[in-house]
Amino acid sequence: MQAFEYANPTTVKDAVGMLSAQWGEADVLAGGTDLLSLMKEYTHTPKRVVNIKGIKELGGIQKTSSGLRIGAVVTLDELATNAAVRSEYPSLVQAALGVTSPQIRNMGTVGGDLCQRPRCWYFRQGFGILGQDKNGKSLVQTGENRFHAIFPQAPAFYVNPSSLAPALIALGARVTITGPNGSRELSVEKLFVVPKTNKDRELALAANEILTAINLPPAKGIKNATYEVRQKQALDWPLTTASVALKMKGSTVTSASIVLGHVGPAPVQAKQAEAMLAGKALTPDLAADAGKAAANGAQPMSGTAYKVQLVRTAVKRALLEAMKQRA
Amino acid sequence: MSKHDEHDDRNKKPSRPTSGFSRRGFIRSAGVTSGALGGAVLVEEEAQAAQSGGGVGPGAVPITLNINGRDQKLSVEPRVTLLDACRNQLDLTGAKRVCDRATCGACTMIVNGKVVYSCTVLAIDAQGKRIQTIEGIAVNGKPHAVSQAFVAHDGQQCGYCTPGFVMASKGFLDRNPNPTEDQVLNGLGGNLCRCGTYMGVRKAVLEAAKAMRGGKNG
Repeated sequence: MQAFEYANPTTVKDAVGMLSAQWGEADVLAGGTDLLSLMKEYTHTPKRVVNIKGIKELGGIQKTSSGLRIGAVVTLDELATNAAVRSEYPSLVQAALGVTSPQIRNMGTVGGDLCQRPRCWYFRQGFGILGQDKNGKSLVQTGENRFHAIFPQAPAFYVNPSSLAPALIALGARVTITGPNGSRELSVEKLFVVPKTNKDRELALAANEILTAINLPPAKGIKNATYEVRQKQALDWPLTTASVALKMKGSTVTSASIVLGHVGPAPVQAKQAEAMLAGKALTPDLAADAGKAAANGAQPMSGTAYKVQLVRTAVKRALLEAMKQRA
Repeated sequence: MSKHDEHDDRNKKPSRPTSGFSRRGFIRSAGVTSGALGGAVLVEEEAQAAQSGGGVGPGAVPITLNINGRDQKLSVEPRVTLLDACRNQLDLTGAKRVCDRATCGACTMIVNGKVVYSCTVLAIDAQGKRIQTIEGIAVNGKPHAVSQAFVAHDGQQCGYCTPGFVMASKGFLDRNPNPTEDQVLNGLGGNLCRCGTYMGVRKAVLEAAKAMRGGKNG
């Protein structure tokens, strides 16, 4: 990797001050599981790396009046073993455990999971976030695309890489972002934006802003689950993920949130499937129908047709998993 | 890939600042105290700079790593990984550099009691932590129970993944002393063996768990 200056601030204010208003000048280091690989491939060549793990206020999981606050540098292991998270947010625990390497769970952070760059191999090999040739033609559409989108948003055909985002969106989580002008809040859904050109970023973050915390609303009585499909049981990237959160009245679903991961440049809300469940008792047949509805409108490319079936199955299985929970 | 061959950034073994002709020693003796080089004059100043104002590097920076219970002083550029620092400067070559992308597990070390991929930790970021490598797990001069079980149950073939597997297994058993086979399977999900010795490894880990519970070399 290219040589860089290393900074180890102890406050968010100092850390923000060490970043640059221009992308590419400085990078934020948390768990490093993505950043170091990006730097080794020269996809990122920052002049300065700002380690934020030394900032105390970015750690810890606390109950607040409005739910749960998870600091950005909390590791996936800390998240998956936290008693408060385990009792109310099983979908988040399942999503974290979908990262099947204990080493990655011990290193990788919740903020890093949300801010990691897409795994698209055209992007990683230097063809930009949209994976285009010199004439602006998509290499993804005409090339190797078996791990890419079935819900593309042209010109973006990559998939969002986050393991936690589908669960966080289904649960209605928000993130706190801090920059030179203070802090702001954003729903996790709005954190992901679709780039129009190779110069754009896929996150609604400025180059000198840091994602500092995730805020979860209470989920008492909300059945929630995540089902992730991978090629291997061991460490592998998800092919398709479905996260569901169901508000219940007795055995009747009053409202459902169903979010798909790894099928589009941002997590996809399966609105037809959600509407199908409202006001009904959840049965295995209904779960299967919701799965089919969730895949409606998919536009697979040459190598991604298999993901349509993965969506149907993942949604069905996530719903059946949620059904098992006591309300 | 050839443009950025993976070997191009391997940190060279630097001349240690014990020589009277080191860069740092030269700057000090030349009395340069301000200007572009001013911040690099004193070692202590550099270490503090990383905490508050600016940063350190991109040149070599003195750091201290606590490895296998011993403090080791060395000088690394901030871009040097913990794995490369151990292999290239400290003669700790047990951990292997295989994928170098946080995927295969051959570089596994235990840092503050938790398994990590040392290829993806910056050495400078590992300061102040308890680092354990495969070289440091023997008990009273005898191989650790996990190492012994790997031998007894054919947990290796070519052996390249073995040090990482042993460390991952030790880290797993330290947290799960009485695992089921399924838990072993998931607990070692972060390590790969291209020879396919997984069956032997699983048996070895279950056997090592028994030995460790019995207080033998673990």
